[in-house]
Amino acid sequence: VTAITRLLAVLLLAALAAGSSADRARAQPPVGIVRPGDERGLSPRELGAQLYAGNCVSCHGVDGRGVVAGSASRGAGDIAGQGPSLRGVGALAADFYLRTGYMPLGSPDEQPERSRPLLTDREIRALVAYVASLGRGPAIPRPEPAKGSLSDGLELFTEHCAGCHQVVGQGGFVTGARVPPLEDVTARQVAQAVRIGPYLMPKFSEKDITDAELNSIVRYVLHNKHPTDRGGWGIGNLGPFPEGMVTWLLAAVVLVMTCMVIGTRLRA
Amino acid sequence: MRWLERIALGLGALRGLSRGRRSEPDGENARIVPAGEPDRRAETVVIVLLLAAALAAVGFMVVYSFQSLGNQTQLLGITLGGALALVGIALVVIAKRLIVTEEIEEEYPEPEHVEEQVKVVQVVSESTSRFTRKRLLAAAGGAAAGAMGLAALTPVLSLGPFLDTTSFYDTPWRRGRRLVDKQGRPYRADDIEEDTFYTAYAEGVPHDDIGSPLVVVRLAPDELRLPPERRTWAPGGIVAYSKVCTHAGCAIALYRTPLFPPVEAAPALVCPCHYSTFDPASGGTVLFGPAGRNLPQLPLIVDPLGDLRAGGNMSAPVGPSWAGVRGRKPI
Repeated sequence: VTAITRLLAVLLLAALAAGSSADRARAQPPVGIVRPGDERGLSPRELGAQLYAGNCVSCHGVDGRGVVAGSASRGAGDIAGQGPSLRGVGALAADFYLRTGYMPLGSPDEQPERSRPLLTDREIRALVAYVASLGRGPAIPRPEPAKGSLSDGLELFTEHCAGCHQVVGQGGFVTGARVPPLEDVTARQVAQAVRIGPYLMPKFSEKDITDAELNSIVRYVLHNKHPTDRGGWGIGNLGPFPEGMVTWLLAAVVLVMTCMVIGTRLRA
Repeated sequence: MRWLERIALGLGALRGLSRGRRSEPDGENARIVPAGEPDRRAETVVIVLLLAAALAAVGFMVVYSFQSLGNQTQLLGITLGGALALVGIALVVIAKRLIVTEEIEEEYPEPEHVEEQVKVVQVVSESTSRFTRKRLLAAAGGAAAGAMGLAALTPVLSLGPFLDTTSFYDTPWRRGRRLVDKQGRPYRADDIEEDTFYTAYAEGVPHDDIGSPLVVVRLAPDELRLPPERRTWAPGGIVAYSKVCTHAGCAIALYRTPLFPPVEAAPALVCPCHYSTFDPASGGTVLFGPAGRNLPQLPLIVDPLGDLRAGGNMSAPVGPSWAGVRGRKPI
């Protein structure tokens, strides 16, 4: 009996698996990175063009011209999305979006979120070079936080960034979007984000924030990733109010318990 | 030298204590507190605790003497706090185990002089026989007390203008006043770029004047949907609004501006305190949040030199709202 039931169970599972995989194949076209067959044999230029054709063209359009409402082109994953033109964004933006994992975006209407980049380093470099070749644009910035001043950085960050990102860089919300925390950013990514203004963030040109000021901001952001917690317990570095609350709650519990230990219950 | 003196005094006190313990109470002096049984174990515990406290205090000194030590702050806290906690525990043990205690219940005393009390009541009531208009007197007394109570409350009026709220409507903006940055440099219209935001102040006015700070943004002219009477207020798509939220008076520190407008939220000025969201394209109208009225807009003009200047006063009074805020124009 057990052998027969086991056989039946196995058959049932196999049928289910076959059915579900067939369903998936029908419902969702293949998603993920589309790669050319023989990557090694391609020059960086060809690799970039092929990766662009496979993963980016559905939203950003042929030759990076962008896709706005009414376009019928459908690309990888059968995604029909709208996307901005990439002409003139340069290596600066391409490098930022690919290395933060913001792009490629699974669904074109959602907010890009930081994730593990799905492309290899060679693929990213090839794609960045391809996007940069679409039009004259800014190069990848090279901030030098060592040249910046931490206190200037705090002041500039408070003035330009803290409204959304919080002065401790923990992120938050703006109506309609999540503001990312700055825990995992690199110096280069801070500089890129300031110049691009990704998603709903304002952008700041060199007239607003000079490269020297940017060095200070980068230094402050990097410093903020690992602030020195002299007290030992950062409590999320959310500032004196949460810290005070935690202290009060802990102290109140300890005091009440101490009183209970010391005190004698009076007989009624 | 003072701490040496203190140590000497402490040693003397300890000697006195030990001597006192050795001498037995004389038979002549009857005991007040009943004799308790000695508890050598508790004594040992107290001694160990006090010595441990001394050790922790010495540890504090040792840790303190290091120039830099890993987790020095924590170690200092543990040693000093530990010393205090150990002394505290020792005192608790002494109080609970070693000090002889007894419970004394004191009876509430029986009322004495009962007839005297009755007499006092009688005297008081008979003393008022000369009053003929008791009610009027009571009313006068009430009036005095009430008026004095109100007088004590009068300083509440200093919390804000109560009858004369004219100062609420006052703003520093007049036609021709320049917009300057934090350092006092005038803003040029060409300096204002799209997709970013600027904080401006009225020239020659203290920055903490609530009417002074502005948030300035440039929108594409075809994005603007200003009311007809404000058509001329935004030269080149530059709009200026009060930076003070009309809800609770926080600074409008957030400007959301889409990188790719077709799929992203429209530009908005957002207050970080309670997320009141205002539309810069349509004259500061409330899109979301607890703000009850639109953000006041400042009409702008560009002078022949290219500097940004006010084209008049604010469209509405500046700051958090109050009763009657909608009724009057700012002055």
